[in-house]
Amino acid sequence: MDSKRRDFLKIAGLTAIAGIAAPSAFGTLLKGEANASSAPAGGHGPVAPTGKRYGMVIDVRKFTENPELANQCISACHTIHNVPDFGNKKDEIKWIWVDSYEHVFPENTQYKRPDALKGMPILTLCNHCDNPPCVRACPTKATYKKKDGIVGMDYHRCIGCRFCMAACPYGARSFNWRDPRGKDANGRPFIKEINQKYPTRMRGVVEKCNFCTERLAIGQLPACVEVATPTKALVFGDMNDPNSEISQVLKTSFTIQRNPAIGTHPSLFYII
Amino acid sequence: MYGKGRIIPALILFLGLMTTPIWYKSGDVSKMPKPEKPKDYTECVAPVQYMRTSHMVLLNEWRDDILREGGTRVGKTANGTEYVRSLQNGCMKCHSDKKKFCDTCHIYASVKPYCWDCHLQPKEAM
Repeated sequence: MDSKRRDFLKIAGLTAIAGIAAPSAFGTLLKGEANASSAPAGGHGPVAPTGKRYGMVIDVRKFTENPELANQCISACHTIHNVPDFGNKKDEIKWIWVDSYEHVFPENTQYKRPDALKGMPILTLCNHCDNPPCVRACPTKATYKKKDGIVGMDYHRCIGCRFCMAACPYGARSFNWRDPRGKDANGRPFIKEINQKYPTRMRGVVEKCNFCTERLAIGQLPACVEVATPTKALVFGDMNDPNSEISQVLKTSFTIQRNPAIGTHPSLFYII
Repeated sequence: MYGKGRIIPALILFLGLMTTPIWYKSGDVSKMPKPEKPKDYTECVAPVQYMRTSHMVLLNEWRDDILREGGTRVGKTANGTEYVRSLQNGCMKCHSDKKKFCDTCHIYASVKPYCWDCHLQPKEAM
């Protein structure tokens, strides 16, 4: 009698385990969550585009013709978004900035190249990658990719760990080491003129370009593009719309991207 | 009772001291905070009772919807008045005095929201 009860308990236990485990195992497999690779769905080859994907073409030739233009774009962006100027390179906050050709395109610095390219200033900003490493690195989901291709940030959630800064291959993210609303030793506020329509950030969060998502929402172009529109130095639009201006420019011009080989699929294109 | 002359007054004193917090502020309990309501508007974006208890939930919903889902930035009240779903550019357009509106209740309830670390209150002197 004892041995029979023992057998009964064994079978009952096994049945219970199988009953609990099987549905969740099937559920995981059937939902396709058990990917062998962390690569985004679609695997090899191009994925058919759906929805919007905002992108920008930066025509460096136009910026060379008009050397003041880049600073006008930077100042427009930084004024609108209350970006502080801490007055030193170490604490610098930048949403859009100018760097030398060698720093922007280190993979294209052949030993022999046109003299004009040497030290040429290039305007650059967040690439709004289709496969953004910063989003993967963020432990709190404070940074995320939106459906329209913009890599956004929710400063409320940022804990200031700076993993995203380490992950970003383009240096597009800046950390607020100091209180952006503070003043320097001479009493000069770090934000010269506050734009009352946009928030500031606080000490201890990372910030970056948001492709002017707040302006796009009310039908305006990004601030930098608006400044550069008369010269057509910056072209902004939906790359998934074959009739958009940016699609036409991309179809007819040869462009390069910042370090495309690492597979981030940037949304910024440069005409050199 | 042995030593009643000292024990009873001491007990009364002890009870009195222990209950200080209760009777010290007893007069203030009825003084509920009276946040100043905007004069030009009669309705808010949601019923008053909901706004009183859950405005912070609503703000979080707006934030997540707009920032992450690309949700609409313009909402409509029950009577069809349009408003901007934003603390800085929406709420503060009607409730334009933070001290007389937000702070009255927040101080009473002893809560310290961090909204104003980043968001700007109207005509803030920086």
